Amino acid sequence: MAGPKIYFKREDLNHTGAHKINNTIGQALLAERMGKKKVVAETGAGQHGVATATVCALLNLECIIFMGAEDIRRQKLNVFRMELLGARVESVDQGSATLKDAVNEALRYWVTNVEDTHYIMGSVLGPHPFPKMVRDFQSIIGKETKTQLLEKEHKLPDAVVACVGGGSNAMGMFYPFIEDHDVKLYGVEAAGSGVNTERHAATLTKGSVGILHGSMMYLLQSEAGQIQEAHSISAGLDYPGVGPEHSHLKDIERVQYSSVTDEEALEAFQLLSKTEGIIPALESSHAVAEAVKIAQTMSKEESLVICLSGRGDKDVESVKDALNQ
Amino acid sequence: MRNTITHGREYLETTLNQTLSQGNKIFVPYVMAGDGGLDQLIPNLKFLSEEGATAIELGIPFSDPVADGPTIQEAGKRALEQNVTLKSVIELLKQERYQIDAPIIFMTYINPIFKYGIENFIKDAQEAGVDGLIIPDLPFEQQVLISNHLNEAGIALIQLVSLTSSKKRIKQLAEASQGFTYAITVNGITGARSNFAKDLEAHLSQLQEFSSAPVLAGFGISSPEHVEQMGNMADGVIVGSKIIELLQDNDTDSIKRLIESSKAK
Ligand SMILES: Cc1ncc(COP(=O)(O)O)c(C=O)c1O
Repeated sequence: MAGPKIYFKREDLNHTGAHKINNTIGQALLAERMGKKKVVAETGAGQHGVATATVCALLNLECIIFMGAEDIRRQKLNVFRMELLGARVESVDQGSATLKDAVNEALRYWVTNVEDTHYIMGSVLGPHPFPKMVRDFQSIIGKETKTQLLEKEHKLPDAVVACVGGGSNAMGMFYPFIEDHDVKLYGVEAAGSGVNTERHAATLTKGSVGILHGSMMYLLQSEAGQIQEAHSISAGLDYPGVGPEHSHLKDIERVQYSSVTDEEALEAFQLLSKTEGIIPALESSHAVAEAVKIAQTMSKEESLVICLSGRGDKDVESVKDALNQ
Repeated sequence: MRNTITHGREYLETTLNQTLSQGNKIFVPYVMAGDGGLDQLIPNLKFLSEEGATAIELGIPFSDPVADGPTIQEAGKRALEQNVTLKSVIELLKQERYQIDAPIIFMTYINPIFKYGIENFIKDAQEAGVDGLIIPDLPFEQQVLISNHLNEAGIALIQLVSLTSSKKRIKQLAEASQGFTYAITVNGITGARSNFAKDLEAHLSQLQEFSSAPVLAGFGISSPEHVEQMGNMADGVIVGSKIIELLQDNDTDSIKRLIESSKAK
């Protein structure tokens, strides 16, 4: 059969099941170093919340997680996990009751408790230096990929694919490859019900430049500059903005951004489960779906890396519901 | 006949200094534009101005008001449900600004301005008689985005100073502030409070030292007693959430009492 060699970067095998822990370990150590006693964080899918609660348990830091009421409903198991780890999960009912609203509440909590609290931002978002700091902690993904691929193939990959919510797994994967111009980089956003509907999270494809949570970036917004709700079957991609560095990489055309619908992601979720025995996170399934398309344009001398940002155990229930509809 | 006031930084500063030279403290109420419908806005502004508000902070509703507590969040939500936008507020003021004497300061998050287009916004704000701007989510380092245009148009850009700012930062902000310096009196977001930090007095007196413009205390101030207490430590107050609640309850007497408590006895 034609087509490239396909490698997975297995962030799903990390403790807590996603790349998120790379960042939370780094930031929790900083919090400890700064003498902070408490940590606050937002979470969408619950993966960042679980990763934060985990390091807080380890380092004996008090942990408060803000999570949209809608996401609490979609990700019950992760809510229980966070509580089991000793975190307090606060439900957020404002706005669309998803990730951006959880960020608002976490920021409000932080300014009120800034003396003893550190905010562990979960993606390459928010005010400086968060986007840079989160990128640096996540860049281990790209560094390991580079080293390991050079060992196996004695050359760099020809293409690298990652899903983009806020953009942390993608930024961490891409960053060490930015200067390697022969490596094609592909970021995949959530197209939800389709980019021509009102229900998607395809910020880079359909958004316009704006400012939210301290970053200038592409945003889903109205003519009057009000932020719009994002929609995706995967809670972790449900954010109406995208990291400022991704916005820049789009503008200079270093990374090609595309989007994948809920339906395509569901197909990829099943495809990877059946063919490889790996159940991917719904977020990562977006990267898998796009990679299937990209692979068809590549030759068998080439290689392609997919960032498998997380495992799909947390999504099994909602996938079952979606497939039964 | 329409009056011929030239609005902007100068008008704001003259008005504030006049109040102080009369021995009064400065009182700045906050209202959310379009809360209760846009038709309510001019009557509310007129009432506050005529009752003795020194200047008025006019909130522009935004979908993600991270600096605001529940009262102002809800007011903004009510305004957004009425489809109130930065543009519709400006258009209304272009027609009706002449009815209100008090300087008007827009308090808006940066994204609605950015989406409007910065140059267009400033041109329209000038025509609408806007005297100053407060942009809580635009950090000092990023203000070049708008400050040169504002200086040209003569509209004041007001700096917010937090309790946790270092001495160096306080100095930097106080020196850059135009119109007045906005001293945030609590760690946190807007909303009525019952008491304040013990070290507030030292913080405010340090600010007074660095700031050539008047220093106004805001966030949490919600009773005539607070107004008097702050009046002893600063040049005046900004009252937000409480005014919004009182306007909703139509409790004009309590509003009058709040304003009155800023005047010389
Ligand atoms: C497994 C997984 N992948 C991806 C994401 C999206 O975040 P980011 O774009 O920051 O990597 C999430 C967020 O929760 C996630 O849990």
